[in-house]
Amino acid sequence: MDYIPSIGLEVHVQLRTRSKLFCGCGTRYGAEPNSQVCPVCLGYPGTLPVVNREAVRLTVVTGLMVGSEISPYSKFDRKSYFYPDMPKNFQISQYDRPLCLGGAVAIDVEGASRPIPLKRIHLEEDTAKNTHFEGFSGVDFNRAGVPLMEIVSEPEMHSPEEAFAFLQALKEILLYAGVSDCNLEQGNVRCDVNCSVRPAGSKALGVKTEIKNRNTFREVLHALRHEIARQVGVLEAGGAVGQETLRWDVAAGVTVGMRSKEYAHDYRYFPEPDLLPVALPRAWVEDWRAALPEPPRARRARLAREYGLPEYDAGVLTADPRSADFFEAAARLSPNPKAVSNWIMTEMQRLLAERSLAPSDARITPRALADLVALVDGGTLGSTGAREVFAVLFAEGGDPARIVAERGMAQVSDAGEMGALADRVIAENEAAAADYRKGKQAALQRLVGQVMRLSGGRANPRVVAGLLRERLK
Amino acid sequence: MAEPVNRALPTAHAALARLRRGECSSEELVRDVLGRIRATDGGIGAYLWVDEEDALGQARAADARRAAGNEGRLLGVPVAVKDVLNVRGQPCTCASRILRGYVAPYDATAVARLRAEGAVFAGRTNMDEFAMGSTTENSAVQVTRNPRDPERVPGGSSGGAAACVAAGEAVVALGTDTGGSIRQPAAFCGCVGLKPSYGRVSRYGLTAFASSLDQIGTLSADVRDAALMLQVMAGADCMDSTCLDAPVPDYGAALRDDLRGMKLGIPREYFVGGLAPEVETPVRAAIEQCRALGAEVAELSLPHTEYAIATYYVIAAAEASANLARFDGVRYGRRARAESDPMTMYCRTRAEGFGAEVKRRVILGTYVLSSGYYDAYYLTAQRVRTLIRRDFEKAFAHCDALLAPVAPSLPWRLGEAADDPLKMYLGDIYTVTANLAGICGMSVPCGSSADGLPVGLQILGPALGEEKVLRVGHAYEASASRPAAGP
Amino acid sequence: MTSEEGRGADAAAIDVAYVARLARIDLTPEEQARFQRQLDEVVAYVRKIREPDTSGIEPTAHAVAVRNVFRDDAPRPGLDRGEVMANAPAVVQGLFRVPQIVE
Ligand SMILES: [Zn+2]
Repeated sequence: MDYIPSIGLEVHVQLRTRSKLFCGCGTRYGAEPNSQVCPVCLGYPGTLPVVNREAVRLTVVTGLMVGSEISPYSKFDRKSYFYPDMPKNFQISQYDRPLCLGGAVAIDVEGASRPIPLKRIHLEEDTAKNTHFEGFSGVDFNRAGVPLMEIVSEPEMHSPEEAFAFLQALKEILLYAGVSDCNLEQGNVRCDVNCSVRPAGSKALGVKTEIKNRNTFREVLHALRHEIARQVGVLEAGGAVGQETLRWDVAAGVTVGMRSKEYAHDYRYFPEPDLLPVALPRAWVEDWRAALPEPPRARRARLAREYGLPEYDAGVLTADPRSADFFEAAARLSPNPKAVSNWIMTEMQRLLAERSLAPSDARITPRALADLVALVDGGTLGSTGAREVFAVLFAEGGDPARIVAERGMAQVSDAGEMGALADRVIAENEAAAADYRKGKQAALQRLVGQVMRLSGGRANPRVVAGLLRERLK
Repeated sequence: MAEPVNRALPTAHAALARLRRGECSSEELVRDVLGRIRATDGGIGAYLWVDEEDALGQARAADARRAAGNEGRLLGVPVAVKDVLNVRGQPCTCASRILRGYVAPYDATAVARLRAEGAVFAGRTNMDEFAMGSTTENSAVQVTRNPRDPERVPGGSSGGAAACVAAGEAVVALGTDTGGSIRQPAAFCGCVGLKPSYGRVSRYGLTAFASSLDQIGTLSADVRDAALMLQVMAGADCMDSTCLDAPVPDYGAALRDDLRGMKLGIPREYFVGGLAPEVETPVRAAIEQCRALGAEVAELSLPHTEYAIATYYVIAAAEASANLARFDGVRYGRRARAESDPMTMYCRTRAEGFGAEVKRRVILGTYVLSSGYYDAYYLTAQRVRTLIRRDFEKAFAHCDALLAPVAPSLPWRLGEAADDPLKMYLGDIYTVTANLAGICGMSVPCGSSADGLPVGLQILGPALGEEKVLRVGHAYEASASRPAAGP
Repeated sequence: MTSEEGRGADAAAIDVAYVARLARIDLTPEEQARFQRQLDEVVAYVRKIREPDTSGIEPTAHAVAVRNVFRDDAPRPGLDRGEVMANAPAVVQGLFRVPQIVE
């Protein structure tokens, strides 16, 4: 029998704010344990939360990017449960009045675009970080109170690959909106996945299980593949899937039940009495809407159209808004956008990846890249030389023409000098010359190579080929 | 007629006048307070903690500040602090075992404002554990006795604060009022207790009992001191979202000796059934006195009063159950020996750390919020709260302030209400309404029973109507202390 | 009895033993019996709130009718680590030590 999985995601995203959600503590990752804490985020007696306006703005901006309705009235609630990483043993979250409702994230599946609808987006505080030792644990409260935006999708993804595509599309949007650094290694984006399977033809959703707290999109993919197979196996064997919370064991590659949920959960939500409701003035929301960046999908289409790029190029360039920004800045200065795109997609991406750098870390300017393309197109630089110049621009910056001049890298196109070399090569390679005359085109390349070698790589191969052809007519 | 409080200490405003004139130093004043505590607190038990050296150090610093030509609205005046408010470097146990060992690393906003004006923080006063109770008998540390009758309770939860002011062991004291915890002990001990409107004074640094009801206020020897203290503490605070950004009027200027042009309402529902005659008689006399001072007095109705206790206990317990969840032995305070797993550690720590009344209220609050019961209890209570709030809005559309008793009975004997929680809760009937409605209220002494036990007159004013309440209280107080005054 | 679904079910008796577990408080058998008796009485009393007609009445969650109170996203210095750890009941390597957390 065929089974249809239904997958929903709850994505927790750390927002890019300078201070925590309810206090003035910093949000820097990797600080000394318990060094970014204050009475508020430690849940000291007598302390009160005050909402960080920027966290609200970033959440609303995200909602606007995905077409959510911005709630005219929103509030915060207390969600009670005891856990050592919870300073107050309740989390300030949003229960029935989130900041954003609805919206959708479009994903591309098998060439077609499909919107995955969202339930809601709300704002809450992050928990502390636990470290486990032999026989006990330790808690670092630096992360406690960092603003966390929770994006909840409808269970309308039907394969692990769709869930993966959703996460990638969402990450792109978040990067574009500038709401999060989306650094997966630092746990900026964490995922709870719920998943059920139902026999094809059946309308009712099956019993769902929840897989907690995945940090990377690959883990989500693998965990879902395993969990769907497991659920199908249970049903095939005539069993029933139990509603439970699972943990993905990365090493073993299996989902296992969590033991911490030893007591029935009753979150006892009630309105946070220490925080007043949020009813954002329309003018604020409209200002934020007016300042929204172009969404990644729209930008992709525009780059293809405006610069005549292949879809593939546009996709690669727009995956990171900073790459797309760099491309557009350079392409506006160049008559050859495709060449600009090639440099960014190949050399630039390779060097960034090798050095684990962000696009903003490269020293090359859009102007320099445009000039480099012009030098190549004008015949001054060959491909090897150009790559060398690019590497210098990447690491040190500067003006490509000056680099070429200083290093004597300009191609020699002088017909006199080249002509002499061509004559000499034809004389020394009579066999190849004869082959070419008989119609073997490949022979010409051998001769060009010889001239290039003699010129020390400085010859312009196109000019050389022309001279050789003339002489071999 | 009120008897003057028997005090060996000056009021804060009198002390300030002497300090300004150079007739005494803050160090001398603080030494007097410390001497009084040493002499009499053994029999009263108002204070939980006093650091004499630290207090004298603060006093000397205040004297130096004055000598350098710098003033301060409370420069050199010692203030006693209820053990629920954070004062940097001092313990703050809320009279609970669970906070043993905790040292506050910060000042409550109200404390910081008093400190900035030169106040000296001399000691911490006893209370019902986490402010839950009306007798101070729920303190995990010690019993506090009523200075007017050592066999009786001082009231609560700010019992230590009221007792130390009434016994002349403090110039002035900070208390907190969630359902009457300032007004009722003030009435029981015979001093002035002011509960400002919700949002008038920042709650930052007040260990929360019920966040939507708690408010910081004062216990003082007279109304002028209440005005003086409020003047310094009131006003917006960026650390408390619920603290109102409303202008702070000149409360001292509101204190006048007559009540001409004022309309005072007498809520019918506050004079029925359970009100003891020994309380009703002086309260009625005080109302007549206010009429004699020029006020127009009329009866009116607050029809939802009978639901106030039930509403209050649902809301207060629910909020408390979440507010007190943080006491778990992880980050501060006392942890039980239980290393097997977090669940066991929590359950033992809280079993050993909390007293019976706190456990009862946390369990009640957890119950009313739990799955299946939220609508029936918490949400319904919030709706009834709206009805109670509207009662007051309607009343204040017709009058400036209301006059009522504070408590239905005279101070209980020690142990009388112990372990009968419902009986104790019902005693809060006249005070919880102000907290539910968010309005301000004050208790001023209005004479005593035949046994010499004090009785309080409650003056209720609209939200942010402290000037009216202070004016009524001051005019009544002034007339009551004038032997010849009367109709 | 406490497993009713939904948040509007009619109120049943309080199960003190169950609720105390939710509130993370161990009770002695004596406390459990006493609190059960006392809280039965209190719960019966607070049901009074259902007497007045509250249909169409907005709930009051806050005593002040203010909205949109925010702070600027400005970092401020927090507490000194030494002071923080001095208040901790148990410490390990700069962390708050707790019994083993099992996931
Ligand atoms: Zn903090």
